[in-house]
Amino acid sequence: MLEKALSGSRRYWTWIIILLILIGIGFINYLRQFKLGLGITGMSRDVSWGFYISQFTFLVGVAASAVMLVIPYYLHNYKKFSKIVILGEFLAVASVTMCLLFIFVDMGQPMRILNVILHPTPNSILFWDALVLNGYLFLNIVIGWATLHAEKKGIPPAPWVKPLIYISIPWAISIHTVTAFLYAGLPGRHFWLTAIMAARFLASAFASGPALLLIVALLVRKYTKFDPGREPIQAVGKIVTYAMITNVFFFLLEIFTAFYSNIPGHKHSFEYLFAGYEGYGKLVPLMWLSIILAIISLILLINPGTRKNEKTLVIAALAVFFSLWIDKGFGLVIGGFIPNPFETVTEYWPTLPETFITIGVWAIGFLILTILYKVVISVRESIGNLEAEH
Amino acid sequence: MSLDRREFLKLTGLFGLGIGVSGVNLLLRSRVDAREFVTPSGSLIAKRWAMVVDIRKFRTAEDYKRVIDACHSIHNVPDFGNKKDEVKWIWTEEFEHAFPGQQNRYLPEWVIEKPFLLLCNHCDHPPCVRVCPTKATFKRKDGIVMQDPHRCIGCRFCMAACPYGSRSFNWRDPRPFIKKRNPEYPTRQIGVVEKCTFCAERLAQGLEPACVEKSNGAIIFGDLADPNSEVRRVLSNHYTIRRKPELGTQPSVFYIIGGEENA
Repeated sequence: MLEKALSGSRRYWTWIIILLILIGIGFINYLRQFKLGLGITGMSRDVSWGFYISQFTFLVGVAASAVMLVIPYYLHNYKKFSKIVILGEFLAVASVTMCLLFIFVDMGQPMRILNVILHPTPNSILFWDALVLNGYLFLNIVIGWATLHAEKKGIPPAPWVKPLIYISIPWAISIHTVTAFLYAGLPGRHFWLTAIMAARFLASAFASGPALLLIVALLVRKYTKFDPGREPIQAVGKIVTYAMITNVFFFLLEIFTAFYSNIPGHKHSFEYLFAGYEGYGKLVPLMWLSIILAIISLILLINPGTRKNEKTLVIAALAVFFSLWIDKGFGLVIGGFIPNPFETVTEYWPTLPETFITIGVWAIGFLILTILYKVVISVRESIGNLEAEH
Repeated sequence: MSLDRREFLKLTGLFGLGIGVSGVNLLLRSRVDAREFVTPSGSLIAKRWAMVVDIRKFRTAEDYKRVIDACHSIHNVPDFGNKKDEVKWIWTEEFEHAFPGQQNRYLPEWVIEKPFLLLCNHCDHPPCVRVCPTKATFKRKDGIVMQDPHRCIGCRFCMAACPYGSRSFNWRDPRPFIKKRNPEYPTRQIGVVEKCTFCAERLAQGLEPACVEKSNGAIIFGDLADPNSEVRRVLSNHYTIRRKPELGTQPSVFYIIGGEENA
């Protein structure tokens, strides 16, 4: 089926070439990083994880969110999702691949990365994270490919696919729980040392992932003959609404505990991110942008009129995505390092090469997504099954 | 000869299996088991190494510098001259940064202003060891927390986990930034972490850690498990504090702050 990605319109190839150029620029910058070390990034002794690890953290959420389509379709027999559930699975494939690449580009000694397997260390959460991420990637490739293949042949998927689908549900929860445990079990990092971290991760994942899916589904409708249908889009919109409300609620719980208890260590990172700490406040404008976007999205999502209107729903989805990208793809990881264990401040901002490498990895993700979606759409075009079930 | 699809898949599968099996076989056969570590004769040994820093005895800037320079020059610690890339094994911080949360504004001025010597705490329950995904960071039987720079993948999980900011990472090639290279001790490469090792290499030669040797008695080093050791004697005669004891890591570096004799 993969050969279907090799024929496409002019627009398709232009998009592919743009992505390849971005990947190329990222790769050249990565070669520089490989030679000179991670010193070419904005990371430092005090802020020892930066853009790469925060993108990874954010994208684990996007990957896990496929389950928000799998559960209604496979567990609740919600047939309206039959056409888009595979979009969720392939979005997960692209996201997990980006996650693994972001971990890889963050390594100081990438050639030794297989030491994680050669010297397996179960007491390290990173070991488990590597396991669950690779497992989830495998599950979604196999499930997506097998169901699409069956669809192409006009037969139901092979019986062994079902158990894999059921396994993929708790597995999706596990990838984000384990990723939260990377942070939530570290003594002395007050900002991360919170029992609600995994729950908060999942809530933000189930908002940002479906929001991205919604945007992509509407793009697919605009540029191809494939129509996911109005109702599934609306259903995804409702999922985003509930998840975003939960996410904001969890965030407010954190604020309450930190500021009502009045324990300095618990307040510091929040102060740094949202108000500035001891005169340092590089991230303050960005974090407030995140809050404003969150408020806009909630207004548009909760109000039935604007949620049911696809034009405003898209704006809401974009607001959710970028709000949570700032919150998790930036503030959460960086904020945990500021102030440092000595309660002094070293600020962080990504450098140009670091940004190009990050864009390059995103471009690889979008290339994978484009190719997989192209295959899906071409298969459906060839069997004349483009209309959503009504 | 022509193959149909089924035969082709069968052959491909067999071929893949063969490669897999021979790969695993090669991997298993080519592994050389490391010789068990034997403590060299003449080395200093202990059940639990610990250190007491008697901050009263550090009086001048020179007292600190002598100790820090000794450590950093012996261990080929680079000096990048900037905070971002900084690598350090032993350094100073003011009281409020060394013991955050324990400061108050009515402390004697000399406590507020006095630099405290900081280094790896060689914890009983080191979070850095707990999180390392390759066992590159490990704890020895005598309590020393060390790392294998050849196994480290540079993920920096240990840096996030250490509540004491004791770990440094080689963001850039450290070698051009070593002032005078000590050929007796290895240099490090890009992309690995490092920190104080309680001078494990000197202990193996029967020598005390470099900082202890250069401190003129201001740093006491010894076996915490031995009730007759000097560290135990000092600890039982003085009020000492440790950094962030509430985290349960059980640091093995203690500080004597002292009292009115410094006023």
